[in-house]
Formats: sequence, structure tokens, C-alpha cells
Amino acid sequence: MTTTAHDTPRQTPPAGHATPGAQSFPLKKVLLWVAIIAVVLFSLGPVLWQWLTSIKTNDAITELPVVYFPAPNQYTLQHYIELFTRERFGAYIFNSAFVAITSTLLCLAIGSPAAYALARLRLPGEQFILAAVLIVTLFPYILLFLGLLEIVRVTGLANNYLALIIPYTAINLPLTILVMRSFFQQLPRDLEDSAKVDGYNTVQMLTQIVLPMTLPALVTTGILAFIFAWNEYIFALTFMTRENLKTIPVAAAQLGGTTLFDVPFGPLAAATIVGTLPLILLVLFFQRKIVQGLTSGAVKG
Amino acid sequence: MAKLELRHLNKTYSPKIVPVKDLSLAVEDGEFLTFVGPSGCGKSTTLRMIAGLEQPTKGEVRIGDRNVNAKAPGDRNIAMVFQSYALYPHMTVHDNIASGLKLQKVPSNEIRHRVAETGHILGLEELMDRKPAKLSGGQRQRVALARALVRRPDVFLLDEPLSNLDALLREQVRAELKQIFDAQSTPVVYVTHDQTEAMTLSTKVAVLNNGYLQQLDAPHEIYNKPANQFVAGFIGSPQMNLLTLKCQSNNAILGDYRIPIPGGFAPPPEIVLGIRPEHVRLARPDERQTIQGQVFLVENLGMSYLLSVRVKGAENVTVRALLSADQRWNNEDLTLALPLESIHWFNAQNGDRLPTTHEEARLDQGIPVKR
Amino acid sequence: MTTTTDPIRAREQRTGWLLLAPAALILLAIYAYPIGRAFVLSFFTENLGTGLEPVFSGVDNYVRMALDGRFWLSIWNSTIFTVVSLILELILGMAFALILDQAFRGRGIVRTIAILPWALPTAIIALAWRWIFNDQYGVWNDMLVNWFHILENPVNWLGNPTWAMICVIAADVWKTTSFVSILLLAGLQSISQDLYEAHSIDGATPWQSFRQITLPLLMPQILIASLFRFAQAFGIFDLPQVMTGGGPGGATEMVSLYIYATVMNYLDFGYGAALVVITFLVLVAVVALSTFFLSKVRNATGVQ
Repeated sequence: MTTTAHDTPRQTPPAGHATPGAQSFPLKKVLLWVAIIAVVLFSLGPVLWQWLTSIKTNDAITELPVVYFPAPNQYTLQHYIELFTRERFGAYIFNSAFVAITSTLLCLAIGSPAAYALARLRLPGEQFILAAVLIVTLFPYILLFLGLLEIVRVTGLANNYLALIIPYTAINLPLTILVMRSFFQQLPRDLEDSAKVDGYNTVQMLTQIVLPMTLPALVTTGILAFIFAWNEYIFALTFMTRENLKTIPVAAAQLGGTTLFDVPFGPLAAATIVGTLPLILLVLFFQRKIVQGLTSGAVKG
Repeated sequence: MAKLELRHLNKTYSPKIVPVKDLSLAVEDGEFLTFVGPSGCGKSTTLRMIAGLEQPTKGEVRIGDRNVNAKAPGDRNIAMVFQSYALYPHMTVHDNIASGLKLQKVPSNEIRHRVAETGHILGLEELMDRKPAKLSGGQRQRVALARALVRRPDVFLLDEPLSNLDALLREQVRAELKQIFDAQSTPVVYVTHDQTEAMTLSTKVAVLNNGYLQQLDAPHEIYNKPANQFVAGFIGSPQMNLLTLKCQSNNAILGDYRIPIPGGFAPPPEIVLGIRPEHVRLARPDERQTIQGQVFLVENLGMSYLLSVRVKGAENVTVRALLSADQRWNNEDLTLALPLESIHWFNAQNGDRLPTTHEEARLDQGIPVKR
Repeated sequence: MTTTTDPIRAREQRTGWLLLAPAALILLAIYAYPIGRAFVLSFFTENLGTGLEPVFSGVDNYVRMALDGRFWLSIWNSTIFTVVSLILELILGMAFALILDQAFRGRGIVRTIAILPWALPTAIIALAWRWIFNDQYGVWNDMLVNWFHILENPVNWLGNPTWAMICVIAADVWKTTSFVSILLLAGLQSISQDLYEAHSIDGATPWQSFRQITLPLLMPQILIASLFRFAQAFGIFDLPQVMTGGGPGGATEMVSLYIYATVMNYLDFGYGAALVVITFLVLVAVVALSTFFLSKVRNATGVQ
């Protein structure tokens, strides 16, 4: 599973230069572009629709037939303002960001040394540990929440950031270990031998030679860990019951469930956008790294 | 500066994979020892055992008369140059060179001084703030060398340091290496598969094959008195002619010709005759030991021609001769001289050198040889 | 692997265990303990009837489960959801991967857009889909009624048991097709173009090439993607919980929702634990089977 995505374009004839005699060429091109547009619409459609909803006035939202592109007088930022005034979305964003960033850093700090040990230090039982780590990535969180709930109750960690930070660190550890290990194994061995001869001990070598060299890999892994932590739902739903400690996914989901008859479509849509925006930005800037991380070490839905 | 000694070194990965079988030798201060041999002969493994990167299965590595088997590489006070140079890509040239000293807690002004001094010797002053990615191959090689020199180690270890350079640069750096290490009075252990490097750089050459030391000697001895058939064939280019011949009384039979075997040992039924192509020459009319043959291949090496000759009366025996480019010969048949003093004799069974009378005395003190 | 007397190596290994220890401890605490605990608790009754104190009850929980129609329905729902969404995701993911593997202008941006759904929070995305399938103002109804004229009147998609399941599956397919396509695309890119050229010189059509080169060489990626998708889909919680809450009338109640309700709503911890154990065992069995096939396929294709 060490294939990384190469982005080198395949050698195909340049666009717009149909060779004479190749009758099927334009048709193929048209089909390809239809397919590409379909992919784009499919992937963006629901998000775009949420966005359009979020900037429409309530009247425009409930107008029939459906208003796709609001008229100039149907635009509003009211829904966003409501999220931050009537709801506590400022706090939710902070909670999500704090928990996700802390657990990501913790995960890298704990996972990279473990990955290094498994990549280079020739521990007995290494294969067994790796297999266990790999299998663990397959466990749905629902299998864990009952036991964790007990731990949280016994330790009194409910409504404490640690109740999320520790599980989030754990759920991202297998991925971190597998991705970082595959990066460590790609490092030239001579470098570490040279460092040994220079007098670096294992820990110094890890912190001063190996980790600085694998900074891009740490970023890749960190982004993935952040995404998983930001998106987690069931632990956040269960362990954080106090209103001001909720994370964005839980808060957004509960926004829709509060009143049955007067569903706040506008704020809901706005909450969707607020909750997904950080991830959209991450994907925009780090698409390559995300793909590389997902394909290089481990895979996770 | 300290003596390096290997005692009965053995590395066994599995019963079938034993890269180093039994190796003992010593390298004194100021000596430049080169391990040379075909790939898989155990030379790199030996170097890595000296460095502490591999642990010997049996035997001892001793530096300055102390067993260092249990010491980590960093505690052995050795410096090593790697084939890939192994520069830390995230550090500047200066930090690369200084890294070992920093770990030894050398005071920072002394580090600055020593790095500057070493940088000066190797002409790296202008490059100190660059990262390795911004250096050429030759420059990287120098940085790697500087990183070793600045340590002032007890032993220098170099693992094929020239093989990543292109041919032109290699010769230049080889000459520089010679000058630099001539100025050091520290044991140097150098690993290469390139016999030119071995011959030009070393004070002593250790030829390894199959996990055993074949010969340990000064370069000219290795060339002039190869201890066995393997060394004879491995050192020297073009390769030495090695002909397995039948013996009759005190002569070896080469086609229609008889070549007298010198005294000093009882002639066996079969013997290996070795003669370097560069020692085979066109016969002058008055020459005693000549053979006639037919040229079937001429290879132009520039300054000389390498002729492959089928010896008269022995259709399957080929003798190769290196003739200088200005010599002329009859294109088909020619008469070659095999000077007796240039002929090496080897035991056909075990490949060992058979001492001729005049060198017998000296070979007695040679080291035991196995293969 | 044998323990060694080599002191350098021994020190290195000691450091190795120390480096591994924090990660191992956290993984044991968060993964091993809850699973192990569930096994133990599944033999106890711990609910409001016992005053939330565990009372040993042998296999009572399992017997109850065998007779529990709601449990079997939830298993059935999870199975339907998993199988259908997995098949659709594989087909669609393969199509996406093939498209994204073509050379065209703006490919980088299209690839970025194509991974977007995977990166977004499922719980929030469930809200978006709930809005799309809204019976009154939903855009899906509007498109079918006013654009394509397929429907006369709007349909209450999430209010109909069959349609609700289909809608949840549709949302899941939207969310995770991109994940499958990322994996398959990486696999596609590792197949040498020479193979296709050689094959087409032999006179093969693109479809033949796809069948005879792409599919077999992609089999490891397909299986890995299936394995991960299976595990995630079988345990899916956030999507149905937010989108339908398991309704209407339990039509989309997955086994995970049932576990959650058992524990959190009915405070029946012992029975919840037994449900966890069974779900875990189902997962382990399927994973073991598929890794077995995976290794067979790897051996057969020689692809790592």
C-alpha cells in the first residue's frame, strides 16, 4: 500500500488538434467533458445548494417553486448572524478547533515515535503489532462508545475536553503510525547510519534528523488527523452534554432537531457551511497531501 | 589516532548467509587499508562491523587496544563517509559538518574554529550556508569528507566514497583524497570494488572474497605476487591470463610448447600458469621462451591493443597480450615471448601461489590464506 | 526473532519499546478495553431493572437477542445499507477514477472537487441531504416535478420506509464515493501505460483492456477499499442518526443506532454490550474472510 499518486499527465494528444481521419475523437472528447461536468456537479451540488440556501431570506427559502438563485432583494446574512448571536457557534467552533488541533498534535507526538520504532528498531513481534494496528482502523466507533462511556463516567471526564482529546488521539493513532511508518521506511538508511556514527542516540536521531526530514509527512498526517477529529460525531454527542462544550457537528445536528414544526432551514444551512468551511479550505490547499496520505499508509472511510 | 584491530571477525545472518567468515587484521596509525573484492565478498559488512552499525557474531573489533564490540557507533570515536554521502538534507553545510562536534559537547568557539579550518582545507568556505540539495555531487562529497575530518576520529572509515562521482571527477577527488589522508596519521579503512582506487590510495590492500581474506599486502606486492589465483585474476586490468596446463617432468605443456617450471616444489600433474597481458610481448629473434599463435581478436584500448591469440597446438587456449599501439605485427600469426620472471604459478587444486625458489623465503612470513 | 545478546541492539530495542509504549497504552485503553469490557458485560444484566448494577445472567442477553425482532431488523437494515452502498460506491468510484485518470485541462481542480465530499463531516452532510429531500421545499422534489416532470406531486421521501433507506444510501454514496475513487485512482496510476499500449497493439478494444488489465491489476485496491468501506458502512451511525433518526418506523435503524438507543435511551448496558459483541464478531468474521481473499489475490496478481 505504498503507492503514491503521481500526477504526471498521461501522454494524450493535445486538446483541440483533432487529427484528420480520427472521426471518433471529438465525440470522445465531448463524452469526457460531459463526464467531468457530471463529477463536478455531483461532488459540489449538495454543498452549493446549502450555500445558496444559507444566503437566502426565509421567504425565499420557503417559496414555491423553489428559488434557485435568489433575486437581489432575497439575499441575507441573517442566518449567519443568528448562528453567532442566538446560538453559540463561536464557542462551538472554538471547541471543535481546540479539540481537533490538540488531539492532532498529541497524535503526531505519540504516533511518530511509535511509527519509527516499528519502521526501524526491529522489535520482536513487529508484524503482529502492525497487524493489530491495521485491524483497529476497521473498528467503527459505535463498538467503543459503551466502554468509553464507562471510563468517562468513572473518571469524571464528562464535559471535559480530555474526554474527546484522548479518544480522538487514539482513533487517529493507527493512521498516523501506518502513514509515518511508510514515510520513515522510505528514508535512506545511510542517513541514519551516518547519524549513529556521528553520535546521535535513537531519540536525538528521531527529533533532530528523522522528524525534520519527514516534516511534509507530518503535515500530511496531521491534516488527515485533523479532518477525522473535526468530523467525529458519536463521542462528541455522548461525552459532551453541556451546551457550551459541544462541537460543531453535534451542535449543527441538534439545531435541526430542536423544534419539529418550525425547522430553521436558513440557520441550518448556514451551520453546514460554517462547519464545513475549514475542511473545504484544507482540501483546496492540501488536496495532494490528503491523497498522498490516504493512499500511502492506510485507508479509512 | 589509535590502532584498529580485527580478531577472528565473523558475521552470520543465517547458516547460509555468512558474509564474513573469519577475518583478522590490524591497521596501524598512518596506514591506509583498502578492502577490495567483488560484491558480496563481505567488505561492506566488515566496515559496518568496525563502525558498530552491525554487530559481529563472533570475534572482536578493537580500537586503541580496547574491545569496542559493546560500544555504540557514536561512542567509538570513528568517522565514516558513505557512498551516498548521507548529508542531513535539512541542515546547512556548516551544521552538517558541526553536527558530530555538537553532540560531543565541544565548546562552540572551538566548533566554529574547527569547522572553518576543515572547510578551508576542502575549499568549502563559500558553501557553508547552503543546504545539501543546492550542492553539486563533488561538493557534497567534500562536505561528507569534511564532516569526517572535523571529528579528528581514532579511525576513518570510507565506504565507496567515489563511486557516485562521474569518471572525470573521480580521478580528481581520488588524488585529493590521497593528499588529505597522507597528512593524517590516523588509520584509514577504505572499501571499494575499484582496484585502481585500491592500488593508488592504499598503503595496504586487503583482498576479500567469499568472506575470507585472500591477501593482505602492499599494493605492489598484491600486483606482483598475488597470493592465489583469485587475487591474480581480480587485481589487474586487463585480467591476468590464467591457463590450466598439464605437466610433464619439470615442464608445463602449452600446446606445442613446454614451459619450464622453476624448482622449489614437486611438479604436480596439473598447474595453473598466470601471466599478465602487459607482460606478454612480441618475441625478439633471440628470445628463448616463445610461443606462436594466431590472432583472432584485436581490441583497441587507445594507448595499446589487447590481442587475443590462439596458441598453436592448443586450440582452446587463449593468451591475451597487451601490445603498445606503436608496435606492428603480422596480422595473422605472431610469436610471443612469455618472460619467465613474469610468470606466476598456482596450485591447480586449491589455487594457492606456488613459491618459486627465489621468493620462497619471503612468502614464509605471509599470512595464512583461505578461500 | 530471537532476543539478542548484542548490547547495542538490546539498547536500541529498549528504546523502541519506550517509543512505542505511549501509543500502545492509548490504543489499548481506547480500543482493547471497551471491546473486552463489552464481552464481559454481555454476560451481565445491567439496566434500570437491576438499579444499574451488573448482575450475572449468563447468556440471557444473547437469548433475548435471538428473539429480538428489532435487533434482527437493524441487522437487516445495516446489511442492506452496507451491501447496496458498497456496490454503488465501487461502480461509481471506478467511473470517477477512470475519468480523473484522463488527461484534461483543469484536472487538478476537478480532483480537488472530487475528494471534497469525503472530507466533510458526515453529521453536517446529513443535514444537507435532509434539506435536499425535504418534502415541501426540497430541491429534489422540485427537480423531479418541475424540471424533469417525472412526478406529478412532491413525495415525502424520508417519510416512506423504502425511500428513506434509498435516500440514506444515496447520501452515503455521495459522501464516500470520493474515498473509493482516490484509492482506485492511485491504483490506476501505478499500472504501467506500456501494458495498455502492448495490449492495443495486440488488437484489444478499450473494454477488453479494462477487463483484462485494469480490473485484475486493480483488484488489491478494490478489495482494500471494499474492506474499509464495509467496516465503516456496517457501523454507520452519524448519517442515519441525523438524517432520519432511524425512522420512519425503524426503517433505517441500523444496528449502531439500536446499540446507541439501548444504551443511551433505555440505559440497558448489559444488552447493549451483547449487541456490541455480536456486531464486533460479524465485522471480524467478514474482515478475516476478505483479508484471506486479499492475500490470495495479491499472490495471484503479484501486485503488492
